[in-house]
Amino acid sequence: MIYKYLTGILTLILALNLLFSCNNKLSVQTMQYATIGQKLYVQHCQNCHGAKGEGLGKLYPPLTDQKFLEENRDKLACIVKNGMAGEIVVNGEKFNQAMPGVPSLTNIDVAYVLTYITTYFGNSTTHFTQEEVIQMLKDCR
Amino acid sequence: MKKIVGLASFTLFAGLLFQSCDNTERKLPILGEATVEKKMVDGKEVIDSIYPTIPDFKFLNQDSVYITQDFFKDKIYVANFFFTHCPSICPTMQRNLLKAYEKYKNNPKIAFLSHSIDFKYDQPHVLKDYANKLGIDNDQWQFVMGSKADIYGISEKYLVYTKEDASVPGGYDHSGYLVIIDPERRLRGAYDGTNDEQVTKLLEDLDVILNEYR
Repeated sequence: MIYKYLTGILTLILALNLLFSCNNKLSVQTMQYATIGQKLYVQHCQNCHGAKGEGLGKLYPPLTDQKFLEENRDKLACIVKNGMAGEIVVNGEKFNQAMPGVPSLTNIDVAYVLTYITTYFGNSTTHFTQEEVIQMLKDCR
Repeated sequence: MKKIVGLASFTLFAGLLFQSCDNTERKLPILGEATVEKKMVDGKEVIDSIYPTIPDFKFLNQDSVYITQDFFKDKIYVANFFFTHCPSICPTMQRNLLKAYEKYKNNPKIAFLSHSIDFKYDQPHVLKDYANKLGIDNDQWQFVMGSKADIYGISEKYLVYTKEDASVPGGYDHSGYLVIIDPERRLRGAYDGTNDEQVTKLLEDLDVILNEYR
């Protein structure tokens, strides 16, 4: 009887561990950044890019293209703050719709929202720091 | 064994009874304030309620063709107001209306009508490009433009608030309602197109009204 009970508990622990294992890679600080970032995402980005970063048809690109996020990591702060225009290729599809920026976001806000996007929709395990964002914004074209 | 079969068939029968009740009896309300009209039928005075209806209209669509109320003859349609470069509620509203479009695609009794409130920018080719990118590949969903007076005027008939306002993002303020219009051009439902629960209700209610006009 006790044996059965123990096996049950063990299975439960294993299951819970599996369930949360993807979050284990993230540090507490990264998790905090992502949580605050989610609120900003809902407010400023979700209308177009969707609750799961899925985008909308060929109007608004998804934010789930891992390669795009990695290759353009240094440009992301400028895109969020100042918007962008012109053709881009995301997940193999062409998109060409001007995106308005959110100039009202502070540097730390940009770090929060980018941390949320790159860890939840992408597979990044680190957060953007405020210093990093300041540096990126200096080099906006 | 006999008992179980009996119970099962009773449950089934009761279930069917309730189901048929539900389908035939639930009807969507008619929205708007009715005016009461007295008229004589067979020498007797009869009181008739007249509900507001959508007036005649003529707007240019995404194929540069004029669309009138005749396009929606004998159809139930869902109308809304948006603009193509709207940064606020429109993408969510259109994403949700797209769910209805996909559910009822190729159903000749259901259509969709999106009015652009950006009479300056949303020319037919802009609307066409938008429709294509949204994934609309038939004429079941019409995207139309018109003069400011015509579009803003008809939005009131759909009980949707629209206003040109330089102080809001995108320059136009409006509410995100999705409105069901029946084949008699009456308003039968209004749903917040940015609220998931309301959109689920819209999909259910479209089934209900389809049943009414079978």
